[in-house]
Amino acid sequence: MKKLMTGNEAFAYGAYLHGVRVAAAYPGTPSSEILANYANYPNVFAEWSPNEKVALDVAIGAAYAGTRAMSTMKHVGMNVAADSLFYAVYTGVKAGLVIVCADDPNMHSSQNEQDNRNYAKFAKCPMIEPSDSEEAKQFVGIALDMSEQFDTPVIVRSVTRLSHSSTPVEYTEEGPPSPPEELNVYKRDPQKFVMVPANARRRHPVVEERLKELADFAETTPINYIEPGNSKLGIVSAGISYHYAREVFPDATFLKLGMVYPLPEKLIREFAEQVEKIIVIEELDPFLEEMLKLMGFEVQGKDIFPILGEFSPSLIRSCAVKAGLIDAPPAPPELKSDLERPIRPPMLCPGCGHRALFHVLREEGVLVTGDIGCYTLAFAPPLSAMHTTGCMGASIGVAHGIDKAGVKDDVVAVLGDSTFLHSGIHPVIDVLYNQGNTTTIISDNNATAMTGFQEHPGTGKTIQGQKTKVVDPEKLVRGLGYEKIDICDPYDIDKMQKILKDHVESKEPSVIISRHPCVLSTREKHTPPEVDPDICINCGICLEIGCSPLVQEEDHVRIDTMLCNGCGLCVKVCPQEAIIEK
Amino acid sequence: MKNIDFLMAGVGGQGTILASNILAEVGLQLGYDVKKAEVHGMAQRGGQVDSHIRWGEKVYSPLVEENSADYLIGFEMLEAARFPHYLKEKSLALVNDYRINPPLVNLGKASYPSKKEIEALLLERAGKVLWVKGTGIAKDLGNPAMVGVVLLGSLSNLVGGEEEAWLDVVGRMVPQKFIELNKKAFIAGREVTD
Repeated sequence: MKKLMTGNEAFAYGAYLHGVRVAAAYPGTPSSEILANYANYPNVFAEWSPNEKVALDVAIGAAYAGTRAMSTMKHVGMNVAADSLFYAVYTGVKAGLVIVCADDPNMHSSQNEQDNRNYAKFAKCPMIEPSDSEEAKQFVGIALDMSEQFDTPVIVRSVTRLSHSSTPVEYTEEGPPSPPEELNVYKRDPQKFVMVPANARRRHPVVEERLKELADFAETTPINYIEPGNSKLGIVSAGISYHYAREVFPDATFLKLGMVYPLPEKLIREFAEQVEKIIVIEELDPFLEEMLKLMGFEVQGKDIFPILGEFSPSLIRSCAVKAGLIDAPPAPPELKSDLERPIRPPMLCPGCGHRALFHVLREEGVLVTGDIGCYTLAFAPPLSAMHTTGCMGASIGVAHGIDKAGVKDDVVAVLGDSTFLHSGIHPVIDVLYNQGNTTTIISDNNATAMTGFQEHPGTGKTIQGQKTKVVDPEKLVRGLGYEKIDICDPYDIDKMQKILKDHVESKEPSVIISRHPCVLSTREKHTPPEVDPDICINCGICLEIGCSPLVQEEDHVRIDTMLCNGCGLCVKVCPQEAIIEK
Repeated sequence: MKNIDFLMAGVGGQGTILASNILAEVGLQLGYDVKKAEVHGMAQRGGQVDSHIRWGEKVYSPLVEENSADYLIGFEMLEAARFPHYLKEKSLALVNDYRINPPLVNLGKASYPSKKEIEALLLERAGKVLWVKGTGIAKDLGNPAMVGVVLLGSLSNLVGGEEEAWLDVVGRMVPQKFIELNKKAFIAGREVTD
């Protein structure tokens, strides 16, 4: 039967169907739902690891032990896991190892739009790229078979539009073949698996030879194929871009590449002989285009289609019209109205503890080095209380560096609990070791909130619902040697203000744990307060906390009770005491 | 079998994703090839959320092209007003008569366009703008979060397909304990366009 699945659901289903028994990941949009879905299948082990590098090592270990394994991550997660990717390509695997990696063209929820196809070439690792959910399911199986046939990890690339689009998938209630009865005995082979220079030197030629064999495989694999059409125009495409291109060029000859690295040179030559002109349609970098040019083919690509952002059929059509490849379709008249439509950026939720913390930070005027999470939204007006954000865990090292550069500002680093456990532990060690005095604030909402409330080592539960040990950030930093540690609910504004002043004035490295559970996960809600219109002078101070239910009317502020969570932060900040708790 | 392209636009938290899932599933039940696209993540924090749903004989792109949408389903007035350029001529805009201020409007730094202005803008492309008091109807039935199901009810009369087929999908896709209530919401929405 056919079932609609998102690309991510289909990756998970494909992994289950093709016998993946161990999978590990750290959540990251647009990849998070792969592991979340996989974890619900029977007889599998899934884990949220503290970060992507740990996740990939876990998957590599399982594959070494003879069990099919998967690691999933967003594109920037691959930066974290890259060290492990590179060694695994050298050692090879025993059972199949698939890495599903999702890029985010247009940065819907990311700090950059790096094209991870470059990792395939860089790490010398084969990469395949499905274009819809049915292929997502199948390609995981193909990747696992390739992985075992060629003794290498295989990357399956996704993008946001594939991961988050739903398309029909052939689905059966039947699961994978039953698991082996006996426990595997680990087959020790240190020459292959211990990457000391002497062994690694022996492995590098294996890697190079393997790439040649993979290129031969690419010539015959059914996931690379020519779709015959008009001989005037030949289009090379892969992944989701293929479908956009199909809409715009229904009559062209297509070379649809399921395998984007390494490329099938003979097949490309065969294709080139059938067409007068070759166009490469690919999002982000000219990855295929450059390789085709190196092979000596005359192709166009990035001179027609942009290197920036996400593609769509509309965009491909307008570029193709501009380049004279197609005639402009009949279009309705241009819109005349220039109606102003104010933007609607995402905001911290009503009742969010991050808001209370950043209200205090702004009031105190400290320089804030930030990090990746919902709280990054505090950079935007009206809170405007975050001054740097780069990548996961960067806040602490950046704050320490600013301190060491010798500025007058009081600097604090702010990051969430899940981000702290992902990559904040090494930098707090650095501050301590190198005699810094940075104050690190862990804005602890007991959730990986932004990506959808995944469990993490601090929540006490695993992805598969088991109770487990809780990693307590306070005990952790105390154990490292921090002595100045305070824990405070940011809704206690006065206390938080006092603690903050004390910490930034102190010469000692310190940690503040600002603890308020995410209201979306606790679903905590109270009666909304009311504004007394006779007392309210419409000064707008409450609006500065940037809470969506607060609406400025002509004479006073009003609270939209549908949106309000009743947290009472506005009651605390109103200097006129015009907002009254109910 | 003719292609039908739908665009849904709303604000994070309004339930556009569930509604788009239902609409896609109905298409599949009616025998269409179906694709659907939306973005999850940051957008859910009160930001804009839009879904593309395409029914057809054979659908390649999950994204609807500009100048091509047959139906715009607006969960919020301003959000509907962002997408007239996606509509084909004589298409239909079905808009929930409901307003959620964006932050700049709350801060008094921008103004929310009037319903009249929004209607005029949509009518530059759409043959008709149909206002539905979706949130109101859902609220009266006990839960404003059912607005999407009300709007789908109104849409169902225009798109076609047996009422039973739609109700069956609604029943399968909403939480178990709210099935009956959602079916009521669907029928209430359907009555708007009867």
